[in-house]
Order: sequence, then structure tokens, then C-alpha cells
Amino acid sequence: MSAIMIKEFRLPDLGEGLTESEILSWKVNVGDTVALNQIIAEVETAKAVVEIPSPFAGVVAALHEQPGTVVEVGKPIVSFEVEDAAGVKDTAGAEDTAAAKDTAEAEDAAAADDGGTSPVERGAPTPTLPRREPNLVGYGVAPEPEGHPVRRPRVFASAMATDAPTPAAPAASATAAAAPTPAVHNGDRPRSTPPVRKLAKDLGVDLHEVSGTGHGGLITRDDVRGFADKAPGVEAVPSSVPPAAAVTLPPSGVRETRTPIKGVRKYTAAAMVSSAFTAPHVTEFLTVDVTAGMELLERLKASREFAGHKLTPLTLVAKALLVALRRNPTLNSHWDDANQEIVQFHYVNLGIAAATPRGLLVPNIKDAQDMGLLELSEALASLTETARAGKSTPEDLSHGTISITNIGVFGIDAGTPILNPGEAAILSIGAVRPTPWEHNGEIALRQVMTLSLSFDHRLVDGEQGSRFLADVGAVLRDPGMVLTMV
Amino acid sequence: MLTEETGPGHPTNGGPANGTGSTLRTGGNLVQLISPEGERVHRPEFDVWIKDLGDEQLLALYEDMVVIRRIDKEATALQRQGELALWPPLLGQEASQIGSVRALRDDDFIFPSYRESGVAYCRGARLTEIVRTWRGNALYGWDPHRIKMATPQIVIGSQTLHAAGYGMGILNDGSDNVTITYFGDGATSQGDVNESLVFAASFQAPVVFFCQNNHWAISEPVTVQSHIQLADRAVGFGIPSMRVDGNDVLAVMAATRIALDRARKGGGPTFIEAVTYRMGPHTTADDPTRYRDPNELEDWAAKDPIKRLRTLLEAKGALTEEQIAAVDRKADQVGADLRNSCITLPDPQPMDVFEHVYSTPNSWIERQKDHYSRYLASFSGSGAGGSGSGLAEGTQEGGVR
Repeated sequence: MSAIMIKEFRLPDLGEGLTESEILSWKVNVGDTVALNQIIAEVETAKAVVEIPSPFAGVVAALHEQPGTVVEVGKPIVSFEVEDAAGVKDTAGAEDTAAAKDTAEAEDAAAADDGGTSPVERGAPTPTLPRREPNLVGYGVAPEPEGHPVRRPRVFASAMATDAPTPAAPAASATAAAAPTPAVHNGDRPRSTPPVRKLAKDLGVDLHEVSGTGHGGLITRDDVRGFADKAPGVEAVPSSVPPAAAVTLPPSGVRETRTPIKGVRKYTAAAMVSSAFTAPHVTEFLTVDVTAGMELLERLKASREFAGHKLTPLTLVAKALLVALRRNPTLNSHWDDANQEIVQFHYVNLGIAAATPRGLLVPNIKDAQDMGLLELSEALASLTETARAGKSTPEDLSHGTISITNIGVFGIDAGTPILNPGEAAILSIGAVRPTPWEHNGEIALRQVMTLSLSFDHRLVDGEQGSRFLADVGAVLRDPGMVLTMV
Repeated sequence: MLTEETGPGHPTNGGPANGTGSTLRTGGNLVQLISPEGERVHRPEFDVWIKDLGDEQLLALYEDMVVIRRIDKEATALQRQGELALWPPLLGQEASQIGSVRALRDDDFIFPSYRESGVAYCRGARLTEIVRTWRGNALYGWDPHRIKMATPQIVIGSQTLHAAGYGMGILNDGSDNVTITYFGDGATSQGDVNESLVFAASFQAPVVFFCQNNHWAISEPVTVQSHIQLADRAVGFGIPSMRVDGNDVLAVMAATRIALDRARKGGGPTFIEAVTYRMGPHTTADDPTRYRDPNELEDWAAKDPIKRLRTLLEAKGALTEEQIAAVDRKADQVGADLRNSCITLPDPQPMDVFEHVYSTPNSWIERQKDHYSRYLASFSGSGAGGSGSGLAEGTQEGGVR
């Protein structure tokens, strides 16, 4: 009875009606002994990251899929060597005669020799019936190969035709997807469909500003595309403005609320204290006329190359910073106190301070030094999106070399940013404001922005810091200046 | 069984003699009889309702909670292994379920939502009956009349209407039964629940509205559902309410007994808000890390219902290592029974769908059966026109002690 048998475990439907999942990681190796319900893998579905508990106690015989693979529901992902005597039933519905035997014995020893027939069907009148998969919801989408029933000519055709229940009118479904539902009052929400809303979000288009040309004023895909193409100065800012945290009024009578210090708040506090009291900070400010830079952004947005990409003042400042760093590399260095060494980085991991639902995070763009504007805009978009979704990995958050914080999105002009610990400089971007400004010897309304730069005075002298800040300002004032710097 | 030994509503039990005004309308004042640190908090007006509970009864409550947590854990694992299609976890809500169900009389009818698996277990539902609907093996869980508990209601809040109607029926019968209905914080926003409250109040029906405020309606926090405490909503309907620590099994039991006693004596409906927390996902198809601050979990883990009762019992010397191990063994056994009985459930046959549509023969159903069996017979070699042998009853006994 202690014979070893192999049991396969097939990927179940872990949500409701999902067809595939990605194996994120295996928690076990081939040869490992696992207990029932021991976590063996982490799997990501379209809905969730979930842990898979082992359905068997035994030894891992094979892992059929590598981490990172997207696997269809119903495919075997792991095999176990299981002792026959363990009495565990085959849960995966593998063609496993031994499993059937196991249960068969328990129920009826006499029938044990009919092998592949599972006990469930033993009572069925026709044993030639194709073996029924234990069709839990988990295996609902498994391919239906030879097991598919074969129709024979209908005997009761006429009776069926008259008496068959009328299926729900399928004609309606053809138009259902795009058809508006006039009865539904949508309140303030512009009328559109989910895919179009997604498109609008991706393009940074506010649907409130788009007039719909579809049936009953429905906003269509083309409306959104058209709006995005012609809108000259869609401030790309909105989608980068972190949503204000929901303000919940305390119940009346409550005069103070005490919240334990933990999580991101605790980490942020420790990092800020350590940075502020180890690195002597110097902060410099520079107010520049960035009209030319903003005009460049507008031109680029209208260009084919940048269509669909998010170009914001942040993108431009990030690029200006990278250019200026080449001429002033000391701002991209690290004070290694333990080894009493200064580390000069020859790459730039550009940190971007992001307000996330969990608090302040500073994920960084790896090897940003050689990125063009396009590449940079993509990297910025994906980085902030990941951070806001709360999915920044520890690697995303470590090994930064210099940082940018965008306080302009909150309508703020200047501040004294505190260095991300271990870095030599942090540049803060203020709001771009139309301001009366000297231009060609006259006063004109110009787009003006203030830059604030904090640097570690142990590493960076006033001269280097000032030159760096002046270079960033020069590029924003006149993007053509880049030609003199590279 | 605890319920019989300590039954609620004993008039001689020393409960407040006339009226329960001092214990109702607690507003923001959360009733707590065991602190999260496991210390007994004394509230005389509530203490009288549980003064009959000795160490033995407390131990039984502890065992109940450990066992239903184990059931929940096993069922969650079974879903991950493809053996159940879906499972709504109750993790964190053990005290709310046990404290309330163990206060009921056996003939008090229960109208649950879909998360009250612990309540069903205590009522004597077989383990297979608890999981077979989630496995897609059956159209119903158990016989409601056998255990005086309706099958899980998936539609949010509808069961409260059934309870209000049942309560009105009790009035017509003139019996001293009470009905209790379970629902969540999100359900209080539903029309059905509000209508139920109106009807129960208008008719002064003997209904206990037991709201487990687990703070999340799937991904919607309770703060979005209501700007006042849920218990205070009931007051607007003219229904007295209590707000109790739902992770404190004694507070829950005391409050439930008060509500039952009121109802039995003709005092009408009561609303209980049990403030608890859903430690797991809404169901296994959901990922709470996408919308929930992990700090919240930490906070609520510190208020665990089982841990605090264990600490209290240990401090009293009423719970030995041996007893803890024995309870864990029992829980493991129940877990293993659940697994084995679940994965060996026979699949239903196509013709089973016609069973239990009506309790008496029905010509329409007979005609449909006939058509469907001929349709099935039109598949070659199928033989699947089967006799509709019905679902085999599970063999595992539930939690009747």
C-alpha cells in the first residue's frame, strides 16, 4: 500500500471565470518534502496575487512551469510523489488510475479492477462514457478535445423545435456593447464606455471637457483621440497630481486622534532624520523664465513621435538635470562614511518623489543617464503608476543616486527639500506660473518657475552646486543651450 | 450544548428586571467585556447577562472559535487548490458569529448572509453542506427546517426581509420565538435592509438585526457607507441599538441575549452592530492589498478575538497547554474531515437540476424533465439521461455537541 504514485496539480481558476494566471515564484524546489496546505507557489491572476497551498503531502517531483510564465487554467504546473497509503484523493483530475483505485477500495473493493473509471461514474449505466473531468469551476475552461460529446441525428427534432425554451434574444447583444442606456441617469459622469474611459485616462484627457458625438451624446474613442490631438495645452499635470487624501472629519467631540507610528510613515521619518542630521544641507533657489521650454513641450506633444506620451514640465526638468549632471558630476555622488570614501557614480538612478496612498516613496529610474526625452517620459509614467498602485519593489526604491521632487503639482513654488539618504542632491520643481517678467527689455507675461536645489555640502561646494543649478535653469530657459553642453 | 445550559432569556437569570434601557442606545460607547489584552472589563449592566458563564462554557466558546477558524482556513486552501469555486472567508469575525449563535435557542430561526459558515457549523450543518454549494455541487447547502437556519443569501441584505417577514409570522403564531438575521456594514446601504427595519419596527416584530461591521464592503470602506455609526442608523427607524466589540465573544453574547430577551417579551426588534474586521479578502476572488492599508491589518491583528479569550482563560488558570492542544487537535480533525468529505463529494447528475424546484409533483417540471432527458439522450453513447439519483448526503457531522 505504500507504493509511490505521481500526482499532478493543475492550475485552478483562482478567481471567478479566469482563464490564466502567471506563476510569480515557486516556494519549493524539486525534491522538497511538502506538507498538505504548505504554500508552494505565488501566482498572479488578473485579479489578485495569491498563494497556492499544496493539495498533497509528498515530495515535489517536477515543476512544469517557470516563474514568469503565464499558464492556462487546467495545465499541470507541478507534480508530486505521493504515498499511496496517504489516502489523499487526486484533486487535479489527472488520468490517474491509482487514485480511482484508492477511493474505489474504500467504497467497493469488488469494483477495484475497473481501473480508469472513477467511483463517481461507476453507477452510470454506460461505462464507455468519456471520463468526466471533475468539472469544478476550476477546470471550466479546460480544452475539450476528444471528450467532447458527439451529436447523433436528433430523433425528436420537431418536438424540440416547438418546445425548446426560447433563448434570450441574442440580437440585442450585438449592439449592447456600444449602445447607450438612455434610462440610466449618469449624474455628473460624462457618458462613455469603460474602454474609452481607459483610453482617456491613458491620454490624460478629462472626459468632462470632451463633447460626445455618439448616440445620445456618448463619448466615443474617436472623440477622445480627436480631443487629445488638438488640445494644445492639456496640462499633463492633472494625472500626476496625487489625489488628495480623503479627508474624514472626526466625530464631533474628538479633539485629537493618536495614530501609531509605523509603516511608510515610520520609515520616512527615520530616513529624513538621518539625512537632515548627517548631511549638512545647503539649499539654493533659481527662478527662471521657462516659456521656451514649455513651448518646446507643446510642439513635441503635437508631433507624431510623442503622440500618446505624457510630456510634462517634470519630463523636461528631468532631462535638463541629466544634461547638467554631465558637466557637474559631483552632484551625482555618495558619501561613504563607513569606508571614508567618496563614491562617484558614472550612472544616474534618478529618484522621483511620489505621493502614494501609503505615503512618500522615492522610486528611481535605473540608468537614466543616457535616456532621451521619449524614453524618459515612458520611464516616468510607468514609475509613477507603479508607485501609486503600491507595487514598487524594494529594488525600485533602492540605489538611487539623485532625486527630483515635484512640488509644483501642488501649486507650490519653492522649498528646502531634504536629501534622499545617501544622495548628494535633490532638485525641487515649483509650479509654472504666468508672471510679469522681463523679456527682451520689456515687461511681458511669461511662464516662470522656481527651482530649489539642496545638496550635501560635504560633497558639493557652493560653486559646483550653483553651476549645476544654473545649467538646469539655462536648459529650461533656452532648450537650445543643450547644444553647448553636450 | 452551550445554548441549552446557559440558554438566553431566562427570566430568573438576574437580567435587568424591567426594561433594558440602560444597555441600549450605547451610541459611540463600544461595549467591551474582554479587552484586546485579554483582561475582563466590568460593565455591570452587561455582566449580569453572562454571569452564568463558567470556565467550562468559556472553554467551549474558545473551542468553537478555533474550530470555525480552522474550517475557514481549510476551505480557503481548498479554493486555492481548485476544489471550491469560491469561498467567503470569516477570518477575524469568529467572536461575532460564535457569541451570537450560541446565545440563541435551538428553535430561533436564523437568516444569514453568505459569510456565516461558523454560525451554520454551530447550528449543526454538516461540513459537506457548508461547502457543497461553493463547490458547485449543489443548489443548496442544508435543509433549513432541520437546523432552523436559511441557506446562505448571496443577494446583499435580502435575508433581512425574510427575517422581518418571519418575525411578523411569529407574532401571528403568538409564540415566543425570535429570529435573527446577519448582514454586513455594506448591506445597511441596501434598500432591502432599510425596508426590513421599517417593517420590523412598524410591527414590533421579534427580530434581531445583527450587523457585522467588518469595515469593508468588498473594497468600499465603511466610512464611505455611513457618516454616522451604523448602530445610530437604527435609531432613525425607532429600533434600539447596541454597538459592541465584535471581537469580544462575551460582549457579543451579552448584547445578543439582551436583544433576544427584549424580543421574546414583546419588546420588538433590536439592532446590534458588532464592530469587527474582515482579516481576509471579501472572497477568494479578491485581493484586499490593492485597496487596503496594511497598517489596518496590523491594528486588527492585535485585537484578535481568539487570542484575547485565550489570554483571559490562561490568566484564570482555566486553560492548560493540554486543553489548548486538545482543541487544536479537534480543529485539525474537523479540517481533515472537511477536506476529505469535500473532495469525495460525488458530482451531481444533469437531471438533478429538477429536484427540489417544488416540494410537490408539478406538471410543468415533469414536462421539462421529459424534454431534457430526451435532449440528453440525443448525444451518442451518453447514457446520461440518468435517473437523477440525487445528491448523496455527506457523512460528516457538523458542530453539534
